[in-house]
Amino acid sequence: MTPELGHFALALAVALAGAQAVLPLWGAQRRDPRLMAAAPALALGQLIALATAYGCLIASAVADDFSVLGIAQYSSSIEPLFYKVTGTWGNHEGSILLWCLILAICGGVVGLFGRNLPSALRARVIGVLGFTSAGFLLFALTVSNPFARIWPPPVEGQNINPLLQDPGLAIHPPILYAGYVGFAIPFAFAVAALLEGRVDAAWGRWVRPWTLASWCLLTGGIALGSWWAYYELGWGGYWFWDPVENASLLPWLTGTALLHSAIVVEKREALKIWTILLAIGTFSLSLSGTFMVRSGLLNSVHSFATDPTRGVFILVLLALVIGGSLLLFALRAPVLAPAGLFAPVSREGALVLNNILLCSIAAVVLTGTAYPPMAELVFGAKLSVGPPYFHDTVLPLAAPLFAAMSLGPVLPWKRADLGAALMKLWWAALAAALVGIAAGVGVHQAFAALGFTAAAWLILGAFAELVSRVRLLRQPWRASRARLGAQPLAVWGAAVAHAGLGVTIAGIAGMALASSAVVAVKPGQTVAVGGYDWTLLGLHDAPGPNYASREADLRVTRNGEPVALLHPSRHNFAAQRQTVSDTSIVTNGLRDLYAVLGDQRDGTVVLRLHVNLLAPWIWLGALVMAIGGLLSLADRRLRVGAPSRRQRAAEAVAAE
Amino acid sequence: MDTLIRRRLLLLAPLAVAAGAGGAATALLVRMQEGRYDPHALPSMLVGKKVPAFDLPGQPPSAGFSAADITAQGQPGLVNFFASWCVPCAQEAPALAALQRGGVRIWGIAYKDAPEATTRFLDRYGDPYVRVARDAAGTVGIDFGLYGVPESFLVDPTGVVRWRWTGGLSADLVRQDLLPRLRSLS
Repeated sequence: MTPELGHFALALAVALAGAQAVLPLWGAQRRDPRLMAAAPALALGQLIALATAYGCLIASAVADDFSVLGIAQYSSSIEPLFYKVTGTWGNHEGSILLWCLILAICGGVVGLFGRNLPSALRARVIGVLGFTSAGFLLFALTVSNPFARIWPPPVEGQNINPLLQDPGLAIHPPILYAGYVGFAIPFAFAVAALLEGRVDAAWGRWVRPWTLASWCLLTGGIALGSWWAYYELGWGGYWFWDPVENASLLPWLTGTALLHSAIVVEKREALKIWTILLAIGTFSLSLSGTFMVRSGLLNSVHSFATDPTRGVFILVLLALVIGGSLLLFALRAPVLAPAGLFAPVSREGALVLNNILLCSIAAVVLTGTAYPPMAELVFGAKLSVGPPYFHDTVLPLAAPLFAAMSLGPVLPWKRADLGAALMKLWWAALAAALVGIAAGVGVHQAFAALGFTAAAWLILGAFAELVSRVRLLRQPWRASRARLGAQPLAVWGAAVAHAGLGVTIAGIAGMALASSAVVAVKPGQTVAVGGYDWTLLGLHDAPGPNYASREADLRVTRNGEPVALLHPSRHNFAAQRQTVSDTSIVTNGLRDLYAVLGDQRDGTVVLRLHVNLLAPWIWLGALVMAIGGLLSLADRRLRVGAPSRRQRAAEAVAAE
Repeated sequence: MDTLIRRRLLLLAPLAVAAGAGGAATALLVRMQEGRYDPHALPSMLVGKKVPAFDLPGQPPSAGFSAADITAQGQPGLVNFFASWCVPCAQEAPALAALQRGGVRIWGIAYKDAPEATTRFLDRYGDPYVRVARDAAGTVGIDFGLYGVPESFLVDPTGVVRWRWTGGLSADLVRQDLLPRLRSLS
């Protein structure tokens, strides 16, 4: 009964999304206020229908309704409740439904909080979101139905893939999807602006908070995925340049560029066409990233759902959404008047440089990711592109980006004096140079030394603008502190986000100094790895809820002093005949002790031991970046609706 | 050229790029559905090269065999690595049995498996092999660049590996891929 209700709600959502796609756009074209006013109600209606559908899917999973195909394949009655719920998006059909639900939430949010938008713009934005929703909901309803049934139902489900039974990965898809799909809102604003033929500062002010919110979620989603790969896959790495990872990195890179170019539109009404293109491009990359992976076009260790038959439907949808918006762009963008001239050395100039470098990085990552399938298509050659390519191409582009990142915020708008700007940064440059020299002497590793230099430059440079604004040390401390409190949150947000990247870079540089070894030991034996002595105390069985497990006890000492106890284990999932290593990690914030249990034979155990310097900083930095974004989002100026009171007054005047 | 026209052409570029990407993706998808493109296919370094030399003991009652035995009679042969502990090996048993009935010479290598477990496996799922040898240590598997079990290698009458398949063989795969290759060899 519950799945039927969900299926019906899904069909209802398709119908409402269809209406949401047609009526507001038509109304906005004909200037019909009643049709335009229907937009928020339709968006909310679609959201309610889809939330009901998803609720039914969760209810069926919790009730162990194995007559639903997706639940029979990816769940089982012995699974903990948490994984029954999260398992609903662990399979292809459910994840598409979740994707659609988040898109519906975007539409609903614009409907609820967009009251201050001009009604035609709001109607168009909601209409574009409705059009996208309708396409993907139709896909879910026709060829990827999460409520498909099997008869007779199996007595027991087949269980979720053990690798995915992990709290981090379980909550990863909703956050990542929210980041991906959130870019639908800037996309819808861009298409609406093209339809209206007008882009102004107010438009930039509306677009930026939405971009910022999805950027924060995408940053968190990518970091969570990378963290999962680090502790769950047990390879000791944190980023593998895997197509699935790259698919999430690409919209992040262009989304970051969009975030910065939208500032220029908002403040200076320049870079309009470019910002529109970035908004379309970012969502296009999100869309194609998600669905290329889902259709299995890219080879990857991650793709657990591959089905080329659905690919045709997806390609048609992508062609409509991406091709349609780019066609509109080609037709309408040329008439958008450029405005806001600026000198090359200026805040605008720095933001343009940021955009060029970020988009170049995106281009080389895209090339590396798309090259293997393209090479097979054109030359018939089977090849893969590995980390060396990405390191060699991304690092030379990242270095000037990092150098400019601290400089940009201290440059004034329109025209800047480079010398005066550099004067604000001399202390950060000096400190970074000292860190670089100390690291170079200390570790004798060029990459790590350069990384630490960049990290120090970014972290200290990020606060240079704040330091100069509050005239630190140039006036009494109390006066500085008072000025500090008066600084807008957006300035704080930018500083914190830039510093967050510095923290991540420090983590990456630290990981370049990590040491690891694969050892075969007997209980009682001690090995030295990375300056620590690791003793295997013994092995014992440690059964879990739905798996059998073998656990090793390791004692780590340094110079005879006890440091930590590690318990790496291997889980044997009987239902899937699969063995999963459970990594044991002990951290003190500056280094991770990381142990993986391998095969066991004749009393000898294979262990992989790592000492990973500064590893936690990689994800800590991402968290700091996201917090910086949230701070900026909390700025009064950017709060949704705040800028529009003036606009509405202007509109009222215009209407009279 | 008129600036507006130049702007129009420039701003048409993103659409052109997207169209190109879309066309390529479509081509890949079509090939995938026709079975000509598999992103998960694993190329073997062995294809086009001689079978690595080996001489393995037999799984009683079968005698063992060496690389030379496979081609001794001037016929192509299929070398099939399997193990009793592997589920797809049991699943591919009907396909192997059909091949054997069709006169294909299949050489079995029990990979890292206990002799009594192999015997039980062959009793239960049938024995389609000319001979069954034992690779208890897995060293011959390494020479073959084995990815996992089951894995099959098609060896032509001159002892050169012509085709490799990782995973279980299915009736479709045998009909579409393996049989045409076998026909072209004999």
